[in-house]
Amino acid sequence: MKLERELDRPLWYLLPGGVLLAAVTLFPLAHVLWASLERRSVLHGPPRFVGLENYLRLAADERFWNALGNTVYFAAVSVALELLLGLAIALMLARAWRGRALFYGVILLPWAVPTAVSARMWEWMYDAEIGVLNYLAGAHVNWLGSPAWALNAAIAMDVWKSTPFVVLLLLAGLQGIPQDVYRAAAVDGASGWSVLARITLPLLAPVIMVALVFRTIDAFRVFDAIYVLTGGGPADSTETLSIYAYKALFQGLEFGYGSALAVSVFACVGLAALLYARLMREALR
Amino acid sequence: MARIRFAGLEKRFGTQPVLAPLDLVIEEGEFFTFVGPSGCGKSTLLHLIAGIEAPDAGAIYFDDDRVEGLAPGARDVAMVFQSYALYPHLTVRENIAFPLRVRGAARAEIGREVGRVAEALGLAALLDRRPRELSGGQRQRVALGRALVRRPRVFLMDEPLSNLDARLRLEMREELKRLHELYRITTVYVTHDQEEAMALSQRMAVLAAGRVQQCGAPQQVYADPANLLVAQFIGSPPINIIRGDAVRDLPGVAALLPAHANEPLALGVRPADVRVHFEERPGTIPAEVTLLEPTGSDLWVVGRWRGQRLNGRAAPGVRLERGATAHFSIPSDRVYFFAADSGARLRSD
Amino acid sequence: MRPVLRAAGLALVITWCLAPFLWQVITSVRPAAELMSLPPLIPTRLTAEHYAAIFAGHPFLRIIANSALVAACTTLLALAVGAPAAFALALLRVRGRAVILAGVLAISMFPPIATVSPLFLALSALGLHDTLAALVITYTTFSLPLAVWLLTNFFAALPRELYAAARVDGCTAFGAFARVALPLAAPGLLAAGLLTFIFAWNEFLFALTFTATEAARTIPVGIALFPGLHEVPYGEIAAAAVTVTLPVVALACVFQRRIVEGLTAGAVKG
Repeated sequence: MKLERELDRPLWYLLPGGVLLAAVTLFPLAHVLWASLERRSVLHGPPRFVGLENYLRLAADERFWNALGNTVYFAAVSVALELLLGLAIALMLARAWRGRALFYGVILLPWAVPTAVSARMWEWMYDAEIGVLNYLAGAHVNWLGSPAWALNAAIAMDVWKSTPFVVLLLLAGLQGIPQDVYRAAAVDGASGWSVLARITLPLLAPVIMVALVFRTIDAFRVFDAIYVLTGGGPADSTETLSIYAYKALFQGLEFGYGSALAVSVFACVGLAALLYARLMREALR
Repeated sequence: MARIRFAGLEKRFGTQPVLAPLDLVIEEGEFFTFVGPSGCGKSTLLHLIAGIEAPDAGAIYFDDDRVEGLAPGARDVAMVFQSYALYPHLTVRENIAFPLRVRGAARAEIGREVGRVAEALGLAALLDRRPRELSGGQRQRVALGRALVRRPRVFLMDEPLSNLDARLRLEMREELKRLHELYRITTVYVTHDQEEAMALSQRMAVLAAGRVQQCGAPQQVYADPANLLVAQFIGSPPINIIRGDAVRDLPGVAALLPAHANEPLALGVRPADVRVHFEERPGTIPAEVTLLEPTGSDLWVVGRWRGQRLNGRAAPGVRLERGATAHFSIPSDRVYFFAADSGARLRSD
Repeated sequence: MRPVLRAAGLALVITWCLAPFLWQVITSVRPAAELMSLPPLIPTRLTAEHYAAIFAGHPFLRIIANSALVAACTTLLALAVGAPAAFALALLRVRGRAVILAGVLAISMFPPIATVSPLFLALSALGLHDTLAALVITYTTFSLPLAVWLLTNFFAALPRELYAAARVDGCTAFGAFARVALPLAAPGLLAAGLLTFIFAWNEFLFALTFTATEAARTIPVGIALFPGLHEVPYGEIAAAAVTVTLPVVALACVFQRRIVEGLTAGAVKG
């Protein structure tokens, strides 16, 4: 009888996904990397290889540094706020109580609604003349129209939208801590704040790290919220790297320089991911 | 029914050997057991027969067909897993019918065969339940039903009784014997419970560290162990082993081993053959009683003699206490000799 | 922590989450005349004029249909491509499995801006500019990493003996996948499907770039670019926002357990 090798070919199961991923993510990425080394613009004739010229231009471009600064500021402040608020809320709600299902449904809403829709909702609330925020606060701040406030207003909106996600993650993490640990602490006489600092936070650290990584990466690549809320203005005070790259690509039609900007976003995200990976490896030891 | 032949079958885990080259024949319709301690490679062997794992060397033959390269579905084997592996999302009926449906059998045939098997195993009332609604014993029978419905030519069982409580285990043992007599399918059974192996099998092989230590009928393996490993693994309570100088000081023993008079020896004697008396008698040795285990029909007495542990049987009513001295009688015609270092059995002729 | 304090905190959080939506609902039924003046907070009379306007004047229904179609197709495709891949990674022996999973995770961290321009050029060259197909292809690919990650965890949690039993019972590897693994991974499929649907429904950058007219426009772009002649029609925008939020509210409430499961599955395992 002929011996047949088992038809256990994992390759066929992985092929469709692999092809899609390669064609739609990896290949374009390679293309962008290449395009960033070219002068490729509708206004300047056929594409021409220019090496690192675009990156040199980047380094000298004040608008780039402004965008980078905005992006870093946005990421740092929003992630910090989301984490602190998220932790506070998660700790407050950790122990089992009724109505949890309804609570989850409510808290998911800001996350589940399209960012573009949220942005227009908040735009309406932020309006200087007829916005409800100014009305309730009895103030007359030009939230979206003044360079001093606009980025912070965007951050506030992002915090509203993203904190629920952090809360969910942390709640799941808290549920993973066995109750016995707290009982042992009570027997040992630990109380309130010291339990939080010595037991809860260290045991929660891995989940906090995961939340940090996800939120930081998302914050660095922010586009939807700011594009719809302020379009990058006023006076580029809310322009982040993604927005600047988008404008260079599709309004300035400079595919070479725009690609270099896009690569810079990718580099930021990659750096952040690597940093966290290193941190996590250190923490595991 | 197939005759199974292993030719040089080997399995390694990286560079570690899991199964040393195996050459063995299991006869058609035989109930054959591989027994051994955990980690001896018996489950791996079963997986190789089923086709769930591939060997690193050697071949497996079912009659004249070479099967070790075939997919599990092509070998016509059925298997009962230790955890039963019933499909949780299917009813009992659908579980049993599954192998037939996969092969595209006609609906009428499926209905007929499932009914037949359900009758034989007493599952007729449970056909529409889901596995999670069944007890351990019921699940086990469904697993058996799923395996038997196809009338396979080889039947594999991986410690199927170990998750059951003691009483159920004995019931199922009877059931398995009855089924084997009924269907006469070549059965390869794997367990770490030597009593189970002895009760069920027509022939058995003792596996340790991937090697077959001895192969034969249960009674033969019990009465004539090939080495120390087999002697200590088979038999309950475990065999008494006496080592060192104490061996030669046993009354009546010195004359039995002229050929190996100067080698380090170990002596084995089964507790069932050792009689324990309250008073001293000719040829007995005195030992301090350390444990008493009355079982109704016997009184097992464990004592210490010359630093060696001895287990023997006394009449149920004998008045012995811990710390007292009991007298153990070791029959010289029922002892086994082993080389102390290699464990190999030494015979007196 | 005292129950009273906790209840108060809970109320605060719920208010914080829901208040903007509530304000939109109020705005959406506020007559145009009262839109530009505050006080009063609550309008003196309610009107449906904005809702009528968005369905009559603008092709809003078309935009909603586009989003629904794109999201549905994306979800089906993502599961159809992702489930077999996850099955292979979890239950079949694949060399370099850890590397593949890490790579897939890394792809999920790509900033969309990094791939949008070559995709725009390629899709335009293929004649797919301003089509729903362009969005479906893109969204399916970008939701694969999360779907595969989720489903791999689900398949890996199945007892391995079930797969072996199915093989011994006569199934091919694919048979075992279809008859045993897939039905048992139903909760995972649901969670992955929900997250994919929400992602496709909400996506903005690619939709903005790849579509030009209402032929293929989806909801986020439709609301972001809501046309207004002289002033921003906040009343109509509010009506539109409320309309598109309702299905999301329904989804979130009905499936909140599954969604939360999906979101936290990867995280707590790290």
